[in-house]
Amino acid sequence: MPQPSAAHPGAPLTAGDAAIEISGLTKAYRGGQLAVDGLDLVVPRGSVFGFLGPNGSGKTTTIRMLMGLIEPTAGSARVLGLPMPGAGRRVLPRVGALIEGPALYGHLTGRGNLLRLDAADPTADPRTRAERAGRALERVGLAAVAGKKTRAYSLGMKQRLGLAAALLQPRELLVLDEPTNGLDPQGMREIRTLVRELAADGTTVFLSSHLLDEIEQVCTHAAVMARGRLITQGTVAALSAAVLGSSGRGRLTVTTPDPADAVRVLKEHGVTDLQSAGDLVTGDLPPAAGPPDRAGTPGAPGTLGASEGPDGPGGPDLAELNAALVHAGVRVRAFGTQRASLEDAFVRLTGEGFDVAG
Amino acid sequence: MSRADTAPRRPRPLWSLGLLRNEIGTTFRRWRTLALLAVLAGVPVLVGIAVKIETGGAGPAGGGGGPAFISQVTNNGLFLVFTSLAVTLPFFLPMSIGVLAGDAIAGEAHAGTLRYLLVAPAGRTRLLLVKYATTMLFCLVGTLVVALSALTVGALLFPLGEVTLLSGTTVSFGEGLLRALAIAGVVALSLTGVAALGLFVSTLTTSGIAAMATTVGLLITVQILDTIPQLHTLQPYLFPHYWLSFADLLRDPVYWDQLQKNLGLQALYTVVFGSAAWARFTTRDITA
Repeated sequence: MPQPSAAHPGAPLTAGDAAIEISGLTKAYRGGQLAVDGLDLVVPRGSVFGFLGPNGSGKTTTIRMLMGLIEPTAGSARVLGLPMPGAGRRVLPRVGALIEGPALYGHLTGRGNLLRLDAADPTADPRTRAERAGRALERVGLAAVAGKKTRAYSLGMKQRLGLAAALLQPRELLVLDEPTNGLDPQGMREIRTLVRELAADGTTVFLSSHLLDEIEQVCTHAAVMARGRLITQGTVAALSAAVLGSSGRGRLTVTTPDPADAVRVLKEHGVTDLQSAGDLVTGDLPPAAGPPDRAGTPGAPGTLGASEGPDGPGGPDLAELNAALVHAGVRVRAFGTQRASLEDAFVRLTGEGFDVAG
Repeated sequence: MSRADTAPRRPRPLWSLGLLRNEIGTTFRRWRTLALLAVLAGVPVLVGIAVKIETGGAGPAGGGGGPAFISQVTNNGLFLVFTSLAVTLPFFLPMSIGVLAGDAIAGEAHAGTLRYLLVAPAGRTRLLLVKYATTMLFCLVGTLVVALSALTVGALLFPLGEVTLLSGTTVSFGEGLLRALAIAGVVALSLTGVAALGLFVSTLTTSGIAAMATTVGLLITVQILDTIPQLHTLQPYLFPHYWLSFADLLRDPVYWDQLQKNLGLQALYTVVFGSAAWARFTTRDITA
């Protein structure tokens, strides 16, 4: 799996580094309901930034304000260093966007759709238009159906065409609102690979999704919104670690045919909150072990999910725990730590599943 | 695809016209537009055949009744142009303009394509101007389609020749043709008011169908108001009030009074509703 190039997730940010800088952004709809409430957000240049939140948490409203489609009630947003929506004419040609799913002209072909959107951009050179459209179509794997009317496209094909429109020009920032929505697993993988490639070329990617796997796999940074407010932001690694605190290193999991003996031995070695179910024994490692310091580690997506954790220094060594079990005659089938995923972090933060906020 | 590529992009003023070209191409290749034009082309055919059957080719039709100029059609096919424009101007032409103008912004909003045009970035004022220009072009094309269809049918079914004007003077066929062209131009300009009205309605909603229905509904309402005698003080301000003044171009000398009032009224509607559309569209939150 190629790693995003974003490189310095832990580095301190200065204003000039930010691809998107939001401060105090607020949007009240008619009736006074706050869709977005005092949002502060910084998206570093070169990052792949995951924007998380339950449905109705204000993600799309935020994205629309960033793109100049909605006027904020209060606060300000700067995109690529310029104020939005004021500097839209200078900012938007450098931004590729996929907002709330694709929207196409059904009576035009795939190519026709791209040519029209490109014609709408006053900075796009008409002499290279056909060639650029062709390349964008190839990049998303639609070259073979470019001449078909998009009325006949499947949702996945429409989604790809939407991405192709975002790739018509070299962009400094890509804003992708749920880009893998409606795609089959193969298509999802391709899009993620594409996002990583683009990030590797230096494009900043702002990716909203409610698929936590996706954020974990692709993103270097993430922010979580709920009910119009920002709950947290930071590197994906730091986010999981900070939220999960001492248990950031995960729960000890032992599979054994002798659960009762295993519980006794582990208790003697300071493991707390022991639970056994069938042949599975789980428990929290003693706090002395401390959470592994993941905050400063360069974003290592893909390692946060269920993993057999290597252990840091301090506290009882996992290897010693295992030796103690075996020494006491406990037969061990499997042994390791189950690391909490971003999903755990998310549920803990928002205190809810993906139900619409009330 | 590196950042270095993005730097040397200097927009040229002419590139801004790309959207207008694309909009015109897209609109006039659309099946719906072609269907509207086909209906418009069909009206003169129906009128021509009806007149031919009714008179059986035996002398002029009975005086009075029917649309303007219809009694002269059998003598001179060119009059079918005037008759057809008089028949289509009250309803068919403005209705097709209403469909096009009503759908202009609302249709894009409904399909969601509006947000992608705006982040392209098309620019709200530019997009509105492009839509209005395309609708105006459709006014002209629609009118010319009626006129050309009528001229063709007229030439096929009836004799052509010198034209006797409403004031009794006779002019050559060539001059008659020129006057027909001028009338087509005036008819097209008569439709600009309703086009601006439709565009304004289109910025109010995110449903293309609702915008079309509202525009056509307004058109019918105004047409009815224009026939109620008790409202005569209001009527000079209704956009269709002077529409049929184009007949004054068939007088010698031409009566300019009503023609000028008509064009002035259309300009007024264009300014008022064009500004309203602009004010609304440039400040509106695009949530569709």
